[in-house]
Order: sequence, then C-alpha cells, then structure tokens
Amino acid sequence: MIPEIGHYALVLALGLALIQATVPLYGAARRDAALMQLGTSTAVMQFVFVAGSFAALTACYVTSDFSVANVFENSHSMMPLVYKFTSVWGNHEGSMLLWVLILALFGASVALFGGNLPVTLKANVLAVQAWIACSFYFFILLTSNPFLRLAQPPLEGRDLNPILQDPGLAIHPPLLYLGYVGFSIAFSFAIAALIEGRIDAAWARWVRPWTLAAWMFLTVGIAMGSYWAYYELGWGGFWFWDPVENASLMPWLAGTALLHSAVVMEKRNALKIWTILLAILAFSLSLIGTFLVRSGVLTSVHAFAEDPSRGIFILCILVLFIGGGLSLFAWRAPLLRQGGLFAPVSREGALVFNNLFLTTACLTVFVGTLYPLALEAFNGEKISVGAPFFNLTFAPLFIPLMFAMPFGTLLAWKRGDLLGVAQRLMTAFAIGIAAIAITFAAAGAEHVLAPFGIGLAAFVIIGALVDLAERIALFRAPFATSWSRARGLQRSAWGTAIAHAGVAVTLIGITGAATWGTERIVAMKEGQTITLSGYALTFDGMVQRAGPNFRVLAGKFTLREGGGVVGVMEPSKRTFGARGMTTTEAALLSRGVSQLYLSLGDVNGDGSAAIRFYYKPLVLLIWLGAVVMALGGALSLSDRRLRVGAPKPAAKTALQPAE
Amino acid sequence: MTRKQRRLTLIGGSLAVLGIAAALVLFALKDSIVFFNSPSDVVQKQIAPGTRIRVGGLVEPGSLKKGENLQISFKVTDGAHEVSVRYQGIVPDLFREGQGVVAEGRLEPGGLLAADTVLAKHDERYMPREVVDALKKSGRWQEGEMNADAHVVGKKP
Repeated sequence: MIPEIGHYALVLALGLALIQATVPLYGAARRDAALMQLGTSTAVMQFVFVAGSFAALTACYVTSDFSVANVFENSHSMMPLVYKFTSVWGNHEGSMLLWVLILALFGASVALFGGNLPVTLKANVLAVQAWIACSFYFFILLTSNPFLRLAQPPLEGRDLNPILQDPGLAIHPPLLYLGYVGFSIAFSFAIAALIEGRIDAAWARWVRPWTLAAWMFLTVGIAMGSYWAYYELGWGGFWFWDPVENASLMPWLAGTALLHSAVVMEKRNALKIWTILLAILAFSLSLIGTFLVRSGVLTSVHAFAEDPSRGIFILCILVLFIGGGLSLFAWRAPLLRQGGLFAPVSREGALVFNNLFLTTACLTVFVGTLYPLALEAFNGEKISVGAPFFNLTFAPLFIPLMFAMPFGTLLAWKRGDLLGVAQRLMTAFAIGIAAIAITFAAAGAEHVLAPFGIGLAAFVIIGALVDLAERIALFRAPFATSWSRARGLQRSAWGTAIAHAGVAVTLIGITGAATWGTERIVAMKEGQTITLSGYALTFDGMVQRAGPNFRVLAGKFTLREGGGVVGVMEPSKRTFGARGMTTTEAALLSRGVSQLYLSLGDVNGDGSAAIRFYYKPLVLLIWLGAVVMALGGALSLSDRRLRVGAPKPAAKTALQPAE
Repeated sequence: MTRKQRRLTLIGGSLAVLGIAAALVLFALKDSIVFFNSPSDVVQKQIAPGTRIRVGGLVEPGSLKKGENLQISFKVTDGAHEVSVRYQGIVPDLFREGQGVVAEGRLEPGGLLAADTVLAKHDERYMPREVVDALKKSGRWQEGEMNADAHVVGKKP
C-alpha cells in the first residue's frame, strides 16, 4: 500500500506542476492577480506531495519491504538503520526522487519567502521552476520509477553497494543536490526576467541570496565528496579530476562567477546581460553534471546502472532547457538596457577579471571532461584526460585569479587607484614574501613551486585582513572608533574577507599534501617497525570481528613519535556477504591539521600484510578551507540588506486577498 | 576613455585570456592524454616503447605471480591476445584472476607494460566499460553477462 501511495503522490505532484507551469504564466501576461497567486499554493502543495512520496520510499526502506524492486536491489535487512535511510538516495531512482524533492523545496521557499517580489516576476519564476519540475517528474515516472513492485517478493535484499555504506554518503548527495538544484532558482529568475524583458538592480538583490545559498551547499558538498573519496577509496588522493568530480566543479565555478557578477549588477546596475547568461550557464552546467553522472555515459561509482533510454531522456531535458534558455537569451537579451559605466581599473573591472578567469577555468574543465566523450563518439578512440591536463590548464588560470583577489576588494567602484591599492597591500606583500623565504628555508628548494603556493596563500589571507582593517580604519583612527566601525560593518564585508581567506586555506592544504606528503608501500610482518617522516609504525597483528552485515579483518598498528606512543591505528577490510564484496577502511590519525593515513592491502600466506602508509601534511586544510568559504557565504547571507533591502513594490498590498 | 574604448579594452583582455587558455589546452591535449588499447591493439598496432597507454581486459587465470616487495605480474587478455603487466604496490580489493582490470603505465621494449596504476571494479556486478568494449571487439563478450559499469579504485598517486 505504502509504495502505491508514494507513486500516486508523485503523479499528483506532476499534475500540480503542470498547472503551475502554465496558469501563473498566463496570469502574468493577463495581469490577473488571482491566476498569478495560484503559483504560490501549487508550489507549496507540490512540495508536500513530493515530500510524501519521498517519505513513502523511505518507509519502504526502513521496513525492508523487498516487494519493492528498488528496495530489493539496494537494501538488506541486516543493514544498520542509518544506512537504510541513506540507501534511499544511494541508487538511481531514489536519488532522482531526492533531486525533485529539493527542487520542490526551493520552489516552495520562493513561494513562501518571496512576498516582497513583484507579483508578475514571482509568477513567472514559479512557472519556470515548474517546467523544470515537470520534466523531471516525467523522467522519474516514465523511466525510473522507484515504486515498481516485484511479482514474487524475495526474502532478502541484495544489499547497498558496500562502498556507499558510509556516513559520508549520508551527507554528500543531499548537499550536492541542494547546490545543483539551488541554481535552478537563479535560472528561473533569469528566464522570468527575459520573459518580462525587464531587469534592474533589485533583480540581482533577489537572486543573490538564492545563488549564495546554493553556492554554499555546493562548496561543502564538493568538499564532503572529496573527503569521502580520500578516506573510503583507500588511495589517499583528494581530487582525481574524474569526470564526475568535474561535473560538480563546473557549476561551482560558474556559480562563483555568478555571485560576483550579481554584486556588480546590484551595486552598479552594470553587467546585466552577462549576469543573466551566467545564471543560465550555472544551471545548465548543473544539468550537464546530472546528465554525465546519471546517464551512464561515464563509468564511475555514481553511475548506478546503464540504461540508454534514461540517458536519452536526460539529454532531451538538457537540450530543451539549455537550448531553450540560450535561444530566449539571444532573442530577448538585446532588449535589456545597458547599465553604468566603469573604468577598467575599478572594483567592477576587478570583478570582470574574476569572471573572465573563472569562466575560462570552467571552460578548460569542460573541454577536459567532454573531449574524451566527443572523441570516442567521433572516431571511436578512447583516451583518458587526467591530472596532468588539468595541472597544465586549470592551475595557470587560478594563480592570477587568486593574486588579483586582494586588489579587487580594495579597489573603489567606478574608478580605482591601482597604485594606492598596491601601497595599502605592502604589508600583505611583505608577509607573502617572508612566507616564501621561510618555506624555502624550512622545506628546501626541492619543490620550487610549493613555497610560492604558500606565499600566495599568505598574501591572500593578509590581503583579506588588510581589507577589513581599511574598512574599519584600524590604526588610523582611535581604537574606539575602529571598534564601533567593526561592529557596524556589513556582514557581507566580513563574509567576503572570510570566504577569500578560505580559498587561501584550501591552497595551503593542497600545496602541503601534494608536495610534502610522504608514503611507504610495504609488506609488514608481525612485530616489524617501519618509519616515515619521523613516525615509527609497529605492526602488532591481525584481528577478526563481526559487523552487522559484514566481517572485519583488521590490522593493529601502534604509532610512535620519538619513543612516545601517539596512538593506535586499525585499518581494516570489510567483507560483505550479500554481494561477496570487500571494502578497505583506512585508519586516519590527525596531528593538528596533518594526517597519518594507513590502509591495508592483501594479507599474504606468511602472515605479512601489505600496507600503504602516508604522511599527509596540512591535508585537513583542504576541506577546512571549503568550510571557511561556506562560513563566509553564510555570514554574507545573514546580511540584513539581503533580506529586507530590496524595495517593496507599492502594488503588493493591494494584491493581497482579503482574509 | 569613451564607452567604445572601454569595450575594446574589455574584449581585447578577454580574447587574450581565452587565447592563452586555448594554447594551454591544445598543448596539454597533445602531451598529457593517454590512449586506451585492448591487448589486441597493443600486439597489432606497433606502439612505440615508452608510450604511456591504458590496457584493459581480463586478468588471465593462472597468470598472477607475486614477488618480493609487493611486486606482482599478471597478463591482461581480451581472449585473442594478451599483454604482460608488471606492477609494484597494492592492488584494488576486487582485483582477481578472471576479472576485469584496467592498467595504465609505460610500454617497455618487448611489449611489457610497466604499470603505475591498476584500476578494478567497484562492485562485483559491474566491469570497466573499456574492458567490456575490448571484449566485445574480440568477440568474447556475451550480451547480458554482467551489468557494465565502473572504475577508480586503487590509484597509485
């Protein structure tokens, strides 16, 4: 019964979405307030029905109802409860249901919190949002129904892919989807603005919080995925330039560019057309990401199953929205009026520089990700484009971008004084150069580029502090004045400085782990000790245990530094009976922001165990940096101006229905 | 500056950055991509020694030999031809004789592949796509034998 209710709720949500996709649009064209208002209630009810559908699927998983094909394929009665919840989205059908759930959540949020939007804009935005929703409801109902029943229900399920039975999986997909799908709001706003043929600074002010929220979730989601790959896949790498990773990086780069260009539009009423284009592109790249990951054109842990009809269906959605969006853009964008003027050296100029480099970097990732697919389709040759390609193309674009960061925040709007800014950044330069010298002295000249990475990061962090100091006139005014200024400073200014510093923190982590990391891969006998970067690791023997739905074979190791015991490390292998599959669970030991990483290989006949032992200096900063970036975003999002700043339309009160 | 001059500066700057990026991409595509080959390709195509390639197929049963210091050697086959592979390190969890594998490394004179990366499957139900295609090409693949899918476990950094 429950699966049927879930299925039916999804069909009802589709019905509501079809109404929402058409009626408010017609209402906006006819200026009919009642028809436009309909979008609000359908958006909220749509969310209620999708949530009900999602709850139904969750209930099937929790009660291990193996008469549902999806549950049978991806669950097991012995699986811990938390993984019964997470396996709801640990498969293709369920994850698409999560996708539409989040889409409906965003739609309902616009409906509920968009009270200060002009009514026609709100109606159009909700209609566009419903177009997206409709296409994905059709996709789920026609090609990937999660509620299909089996005629003869089996007694036991086939278990979730063990590699996905991990707390990381619980958080990574929902966060990533919140990011991907969040950009749909920016897209809907852009399309609505093109339909109306009117756009102003207030538009940017409404779009920015949504983009910012999506960007924050995407940032944390990508970091979470990277950390999960780091500890679960067992080879200690944090970024593989795998197409599925690139699929999430591209919308992030476009979204970051969008955040910055929306600032120019909001403050100076310039770059309107470009901002609209970026809003379309950011969501298009999210759709391309969904297509790459879900269609089976790529082979990875994310491609749950290969089914050509699904791939073609998503490709159609892709062509419809990207093609439609860009065509509408080409047709209507010339109607939008040009905004304010600015000199090349100005805050606007710096933000254009930012956009130029971010979109170019995004383009190189796009080429590197899709070129192998295009080549294979074209002449059947198979190639792999890996880290060397991206190190050569992506990194050279990111370095000038980071170097320009502190300049950008210090330049004045309209016309800036580059020399004056450089003078104010003298402290940051000096500390950056000192950081380079210290790193050279400490680490030697073996890796020439690494000290410059650290120096650049120091420059960016100090640059962010200088920006804050300038704003509150620290050391120039009496301390009390600075204090009161600091308290009165807009939260978005703090947010900018913190997010920029976060990028630098990530850079330090990448530099540290990539250049000064050490590793040993050896076969160890019981009682044997090996050393790595000043740490001594002793193998104490193997132990066996039983887990809920797996068996554990663990190695016991003691880690010592200078004679004293630092800790015990227990890397293990888990064998899952239901699928006959083994996973490697690495043991991690944090020392400050550095980590020791131990993973277990084969156990040989003579009792020796193959191990991989890594020392990863500063590695935690990679993900901490991403968290700092997201914190900056959150602080900026809490800025009062973003919530109440947009001028309220005068007509609003007149349009509210009598109660 | 007039509006026109400003616009020209902007367009010129953008073109310069795009030009540099395009040059980098072309250079990188020439030098840092790796071609995939089936064992039959390796035997028939006369690939120059020292070339970095990927080879995919099944680990030939009975060919896996373990040596000192985690040295292993095995043969990758597509049913028609085979390539010997040498590797030092830890192989992925699902690396087994008779199973699909993708090895990446330099081809040595004599046709031996000195691999630095060995990729196997994520899941007992699926197989690297390259392997499926290589087997299909040599006619050893039965449709519906396995759900095709997978990769990336066991990358030696």
